[in-house]
Amino acid sequence: MEITNRPLSPHLQIYKPQLTSVLSILHRLTGVALVVGTIPFVYWLGALAAGPESFANAQALFGSVVGQIILIPWVFALFYHLCNGVRHLFWDVGLGFELKSIYTSGTIVLVAALGLTLLAYIAAYTMRGGAG
Amino acid sequence: MRLRTPLAQARGLGAAREGIHHWWTQRLTALALIPLSLWLVASIITITGADYATAVEWVQSPVVAVLLLLFIAVAFYHAQLGMQVVLEDYVHGGWAKVATIILSKFLMIALAFVAGFAVLRVALGG
Repeated sequence: MEITNRPLSPHLQIYKPQLTSVLSILHRLTGVALVVGTIPFVYWLGALAAGPESFANAQALFGSVVGQIILIPWVFALFYHLCNGVRHLFWDVGLGFELKSIYTSGTIVLVAALGLTLLAYIAAYTMRGGAG
Repeated sequence: MRLRTPLAQARGLGAAREGIHHWWTQRLTALALIPLSLWLVASIITITGADYATAVEWVQSPVVAVLLLLFIAVAFYHAQLGMQVVLEDYVHGGWAKVATIILSKFLMIALAFVAGFAVLRVALGG
């Protein structure tokens, strides 16, 4: 059934990246990333259920540099997927389809996701400082 | 203009053999996840770097325990629907496609049960 040399429609690498296409791909990418990100979340809950020692290990891991490298993109992925998901829900009811509003909403989503990530990081950092 | 045949409309199934069930549940779970995930992030931030006793106390609050269970159920349901679409698009070949979708669904359900059991154990552990 192998058919070679048949004409194919241009794929991703042919097109110039645009805000619309990049955000669309990012929605899928963050969705898959969040699925992978459920593993540290389940590990954290499991560590709490397993007892004080394993929970202390989990907290130390998430507080470390490696933990931060996992957590910060995790939070961004969540906020991005959330904000862009809301954008999708508006499209689902038929709102915001004009080219101009698609670019406006795309920019809003990107700024909101970055802003919320920064806000969460500052809040968590303050909490941690407060707890000693 | 109607493009659907009366038979298709009567059955309401379409090519996916399940009508709009997948599409609709994906939207419903997405809607529920807006407040649930915002709550989760905000609530976890309040116990950043917390010790064991504080974290246990957090999960043992009935509101937190129920919201955690709701989040786990809805998030993994949504994840499983999303993974199905991604695998349908990128995994080619009948068996490989079906096998990876089934595997991903089993994995999502297993993770949801592990997470749910952990919450229940802490919440009801006393």
